[in-house]
Amino acid sequence: MTTFIQQLINGITLGSVYALIALGYTMVYGIIKLINFAHGDVFMVGAYIAFLCVTYLKLGLLPALIISMIFCALLGMLIEKFAYKPLRNSPRISALITAIGVSLFLENLMQLLMGADSRVFPRLVNEKNYHLFHGKVVVNSKQIYLLIITVLLMLLLNFIVKNTKIGKAMRAVSQDMDAARLMGINVDTTISYTFAIGSALAAAGGVLVGLYYNTINPLMGVLPGLKAFIAAVFGGIGIIPGAMLGGFSLGVIETLVSGYGSSMYKDAVAFALLILILILKPSGLLGKNIKEKV
Amino acid sequence: MKKRFLVYFLIVVAIYVIVTVLMKIGVIDDYIKLNLFLIMLNIILGVSLNLINGITGQFSLGHAGFMAIGAYTTAVLTTLEKPLPFYLTVLIGGLLAMLCGLLIGLPVLRLRGDYLAIATLGFGEIIRVIIQNIDYLGGASGISDIPQGIDWTGYFIITVITVVVILNIINSSFGRAMIAIREDEIAAEAMGINTTLYKVLAFMIGAFFAGIAGSVYSGSFGFIQPDMFNFFKSIDILVIVVLGGLGSISGSIISAIVLTIISALLQNYPEVRMILYSLILIVIMLFRPQGLLGTKEIKLSKIIPMLGGDR
Repeated sequence: MTTFIQQLINGITLGSVYALIALGYTMVYGIIKLINFAHGDVFMVGAYIAFLCVTYLKLGLLPALIISMIFCALLGMLIEKFAYKPLRNSPRISALITAIGVSLFLENLMQLLMGADSRVFPRLVNEKNYHLFHGKVVVNSKQIYLLIITVLLMLLLNFIVKNTKIGKAMRAVSQDMDAARLMGINVDTTISYTFAIGSALAAAGGVLVGLYYNTINPLMGVLPGLKAFIAAVFGGIGIIPGAMLGGFSLGVIETLVSGYGSSMYKDAVAFALLILILILKPSGLLGKNIKEKV
Repeated sequence: MKKRFLVYFLIVVAIYVIVTVLMKIGVIDDYIKLNLFLIMLNIILGVSLNLINGITGQFSLGHAGFMAIGAYTTAVLTTLEKPLPFYLTVLIGGLLAMLCGLLIGLPVLRLRGDYLAIATLGFGEIIRVIIQNIDYLGGASGISDIPQGIDWTGYFIITVITVVVILNIINSSFGRAMIAIREDEIAAEAMGINTTLYKVLAFMIGAFFAGIAGSVYSGSFGFIQPDMFNFFKSIDILVIVVLGGLGSISGSIISAIVLTIISALLQNYPEVRMILYSLILIVIMLFRPQGLLGTKEIKLSKIIPMLGGDR
């Protein structure tokens, strides 16, 4: 039982990162129906920016986090402007291939600039282990930090989407782009903001992962990126609560698989889960079934 | 028709004879020979992926997984105590990959576009992870000392067979059904084409040749490990197809040759090579989404008017 609780805690920690990245996927997909393959690499860039801030500018966790989020928000807008915007009316496959191209570009540019080796991410918080259940369950202070920051960011996002003008515009554009345009909403700006917000969340995820695992490398975004996408699909792509639910579930499932089975299979399980959900309930757990228009 | 067949046949034989002679007199050294092998491998992989992605219009990102199945089949069967003959293992490798193509294709091909891409990517990774976890297959460190079973002649014949078979499929009624699916799946279905059948068929044939490429690879390079067949390998093959043109077989062949030469020249700068690849993908999609050649084929009859016009 205690092992199970321990796994659950680890799973929720991991899942909160997946959820953060999945939010960006889901928002972008909800609006322009594009799987932004480069999202996982924005996550990696976020981790590196924070790393540079902390190592060379000697900043603390919070300033580094904010700088990294702002930088990645700009990066996201830039990627959208140059790579995706010209393709908005072309077949979705072209946009997908471009996204793969952008992803490869970011990974390899970072390898060229920073070297392919892993870097040690500095320890920014006091590490302390809290023992629960007579010391059988261990909660690390890093896990608490991670969870608090994630939940705060999610609440912030929720506020933006529900209560602000830009959030309202985002929801309108995701419902019907043309109708939104007729209502006087600037669709291009809205899409740009969506990329900015999604990328900022991914950057936060990157910083938190760096903090949690103490190591970063240029390819660190590939697998979490794909898994966050799986999480988004799992919860119902285009639906924000779905991304959170999907992220947390995937994190828990993955740690349970590595806890009780073999950690080698955890990646395979994630993909198997994706294929299963696509076959059984393609719209995801929270999604509604929409008939495809001919 | 007969005359054209004869001309193509003579050209293929001429290429073979010229390269063989150059090898004998030492103009083509081992390094060039190695790259020739890689070119032919990439031709097999590119042409077979083009059947799925270009001709049938499905988006598969799992080609490396099928390649891994072929590679490991050959590696295991030729290192047994009583090894099977190499070319038999190539066939078995291809058939096993094809079987996996069927198993994966049936459920997954109900998906479309980007979902299909992710699902096939997932299957490719699942295959790799499973291989990595089987101790008998050497785990993450792979299998080495695979006996060399193929030479230049074998390579050349397999490549030519692949291209000829796939060209024949495309020019048959099968191929026209596949092209119809690419152009408009719903309309194709309305015209009475069994879209699932042709999509699965394209997937299986593509997987078969990817398996063969994998077998040939392990039989010529002697060493394989699961990481060689990861997601990035699938991207490599995708770049070949996209650059040459989604739907152009001659385009795939040309871009396989060009890209292999480029990556051989950039061997010492792998990051630069990948940055170049990524820029190729982005720029081509922005300015010429259908690839350099689009769906056009380069035909000899256009270059040499003597052979007469198109059919």
